[in-house]
Amino acid sequence: MTEAPWYNKGLFSSLNLRQKTLLTIGLTGLVLFVIFICGWLIDANLPTDFAMKMQAPSFSHPFGTDWMGRDMFIRTIKGLSLSIVIGIGASIISSFIATILAFVASVNKWFDEFVSWLIDLFASIPHILLIMMISIALGKGAFGVIMAVAFSHWVNLTRVLRAEVLQINTSEYVALSNRLGRSKLWIAKEHILPLVLSQIFVGTLLVFPHAIMHEASVTFLGFGLSPHEPAIGIILSESMSYLAMGAWWLAFFPGLALLIVVLLFDIIGDNLKRLLDPGEANN
Amino acid sequence: MIKINSKKLAKFLGLKAVRLLILLIVIAAISFIMIQLSPIDPVRAYLGQRIVSQEQLAIMGEYWGTNLSLGERVMGWLSTLASGSMGFSLIYRVPVTEVIVQKFTASLTLMVSSWIISGIFGFLLGVLAGAKEGTWIDKVIKTYCYILQSSPTFWIGLVLLMVFSVYLGWFPIGLSVPIGQLSDTVTFWQWLHRLILPAFTLSIVGIASLTMYTRDKLISVKKSDYFLFAQARGESFWGIIKNHGIRNILIPAITIQFMSFNELFGGTILVEQVFAYPGIGQATVAAGLRSDVPLLLGIVIISTIFVFAGNLIADIIYQYVDPRLRGEDDD
Amino acid sequence: MGKLLEVNNLSISFTQYVQGLNRHDLKVISDLSLDIGESEIVAVLGSSGSGKSLLAHTILGILPYNAHVTGDVKFNGEILDQEKKEKIRGKEICLIPQSVNFLDPLMKVSQQAVGECKDDNERKEKKIRQREVFAKYGLDESVDDLYPFELSGGMARKVLLSTALLNDPDLLIADEPTPGLDSKSVEETIQDIRKLKDQGKGVLLITHEIDVALKTADRIAIFYSGYVIEINKVENFLNSDNLLHPYTKALVDALPHNGFKLTEGVQPLEEVSGCPYYENCPISSDKCANNKPELIEHDGAMIRCFNFNKAVSEEVVDEVVSEEVVDEVVSEGPVEESVSEEIAEEVNGEEANDGA
Repeated sequence: MTEAPWYNKGLFSSLNLRQKTLLTIGLTGLVLFVIFICGWLIDANLPTDFAMKMQAPSFSHPFGTDWMGRDMFIRTIKGLSLSIVIGIGASIISSFIATILAFVASVNKWFDEFVSWLIDLFASIPHILLIMMISIALGKGAFGVIMAVAFSHWVNLTRVLRAEVLQINTSEYVALSNRLGRSKLWIAKEHILPLVLSQIFVGTLLVFPHAIMHEASVTFLGFGLSPHEPAIGIILSESMSYLAMGAWWLAFFPGLALLIVVLLFDIIGDNLKRLLDPGEANN
Repeated sequence: MIKINSKKLAKFLGLKAVRLLILLIVIAAISFIMIQLSPIDPVRAYLGQRIVSQEQLAIMGEYWGTNLSLGERVMGWLSTLASGSMGFSLIYRVPVTEVIVQKFTASLTLMVSSWIISGIFGFLLGVLAGAKEGTWIDKVIKTYCYILQSSPTFWIGLVLLMVFSVYLGWFPIGLSVPIGQLSDTVTFWQWLHRLILPAFTLSIVGIASLTMYTRDKLISVKKSDYFLFAQARGESFWGIIKNHGIRNILIPAITIQFMSFNELFGGTILVEQVFAYPGIGQATVAAGLRSDVPLLLGIVIISTIFVFAGNLIADIIYQYVDPRLRGEDDD
Repeated sequence: MGKLLEVNNLSISFTQYVQGLNRHDLKVISDLSLDIGESEIVAVLGSSGSGKSLLAHTILGILPYNAHVTGDVKFNGEILDQEKKEKIRGKEICLIPQSVNFLDPLMKVSQQAVGECKDDNERKEKKIRQREVFAKYGLDESVDDLYPFELSGGMARKVLLSTALLNDPDLLIADEPTPGLDSKSVEETIQDIRKLKDQGKGVLLITHEIDVALKTADRIAIFYSGYVIEINKVENFLNSDNLLHPYTKALVDALPHNGFKLTEGVQPLEEVSGCPYYENCPISSDKCANNKPELIEHDGAMIRCFNFNKAVSEEVVDEVVSEEVVDEVVSEGPVEESVSEEIAEEVNGEEANDGA
């Protein structure tokens, strides 16, 4: 009642909030990029120095050192960088699956039923268990984990896209194209895909945090990356053996760093969503 | 208060049972195929480190069906399942059903207690945040939920373990049963002592989503016409929250809590691993790591039934407790 | 006659963040003054969605937090602050809401009518009272246990009315009590509200339906673009000549021909520097463009217009013109001859007096 139509002019006429949002996205993205690049530049074979093993955090080793005297800060950065790569891989594949399935669902009623059933099916096995199973089936390792995470995270995005595609399909211009004898594939490519592209993009980003977290979880359980990889899950799983000795820094900092990366991705995803969906920003 | 149309309920449950059956068959088949396609060799897994001759290997292969086609093996597995057996666990050397019953019971205490704790506190925090929308209390609760939703369950477990067990020494570091003691001689207090920390971990992680849900629901109730009218009628703020707010959000919140069995089970696997709690989660990890295929498949089936049961209860509550939906049934 | 409710220079605006982080004040009600006596029904008539319900919300103190209110509300001569509003709402001032949506969908109607109670004794007393009032409006005991969604339209209206009357208030605020009802129920509602007047209660009727306002109220306040532009006795609405504001005249003139559409013509949404009706006004002058007219008293009515009595205050030439206009209106108008003649005489008389 108090909301006049002019109230909802969208975000692109509102430079202030837009700039602020873009700035947030830019800065967060930059932090993640720096972590990624740093991790990339670090040699996987970190120097071991048994004289310096199990050091508590200090000025020269902010995150402490492990049982081989390796610097935990460097290991953590390397691990995060790996997490980001796996997160990117898994999210892209999973949104690819989601997009395909959403379009398959739009073909006819039977396909739609089938996709809904598939969604129900995947939602009915506990997530972690599903990831474990897929990872085992694919022989674990980076490939196994990426596929496992990808194949268990398409469900939500598919739901969103399916509804969106369904809505666009009932629109006037799609009906017109149908009458003009355009093929379904042409309509999907020319009309629907451009409209859902932003959703796919945001959806991909929103899968990110989950992908990273689940990768760390299965790796921690021993079904993901191999113990030779410098992954956060491995670091945390290793730390379990030293907890009783009071080496708290082995678990605390790497986990916290992971938490921060997940939060940063969350922030990017949320801000981007607001940028592309101004209706929500008005609240 | 609850009038249930028995005919309608029977039809509803019947349909659900059919759905569950189909779901189980498909999941059993798919997970079996996945394991069959994996690099795990059942014969090797069975033999472990033992060395046997080539002939014995061939006999073993025949026993495990490695010489059959994939289709035949799937059918064989499904018919074994249909006969009510899930096979023999390779690591525990007892029937899978037995392992699952024992481990699942242990985990159930953990899951149920943390489910109830997170349900109660999640709901209360959500009501508090929603009622006090925009104040610092709301902001604290929101931030807490936001951070928890982004943190890996097992890391929270590790941190709590470090603080309460290692640093403060209030709780044991691992093992549900003290070393050197048989599990049936454990006293209730010893058992409880070891349950608290894992249950606490599992609940603080579970709180986040319920709190956010409850908060959003209460805020939308606060914007409703009936909330406004109750205010106009001179009812007190907390009175309205109690009489109208909670009345309208309790059922959706309970429904959501029942639908969270999926995350609950996943969380249990991680938490049990961190706290060395001998339940279904540890059994799952052991089965996976040591290629105990029958046990792993059994757990997949049981966990599917568990998740399905949660969703089913949520459905029933949704359909039969809300008078608006109940009314439609009576016609 | 003592004034039950007085609203003086009430303005309500909302602070909103639009276009990024720009603050914007959206003025919904501007400089509204109104009074209601005992045994009197005053209607506030304005197009739907124009924010007139917020008047009711202000009196009851249930505005959202981002609302900014100036002006004051007096009840029985006492200024109502938020604390006082909270104390008397639901007791001395009650709201009759517009639809069944204002009832908790998950609570039985009798329970809601009884409302919050301190203890069991109070609950018992209120329960008895609730049964009495419900019975008075023909709601039998089976209705007590119904949920709001189970009520028919007419029943719902009676439940809402009984609920409001449970605490025997002095002032009732009926917020759009008629939309969505069939004509029989509308008629009943009008009768029910008129009966409240006979019981000595004051009623503030907020509506967008002019016929409901005409049939129910003693006085009608015309709400235009956030301003009350005229308050006049209901008798004067029989003929547009008795009305003062050009908008009100147009409104009444349009009545029998086109059915009634208040939303016609564009009411400015943004704050304007001059008279809100300036753009559409047939008698506007330069002054109207940049100056806001005040709500002033004129012959027992209230009017917000610089030029309503232009013919009187200005020169003779103008008077002739205005008479021509009046003649035209009268000849086109559907109003009965006798009445219009009478009124024409009255108007002329007044003009003569004023001019003298």
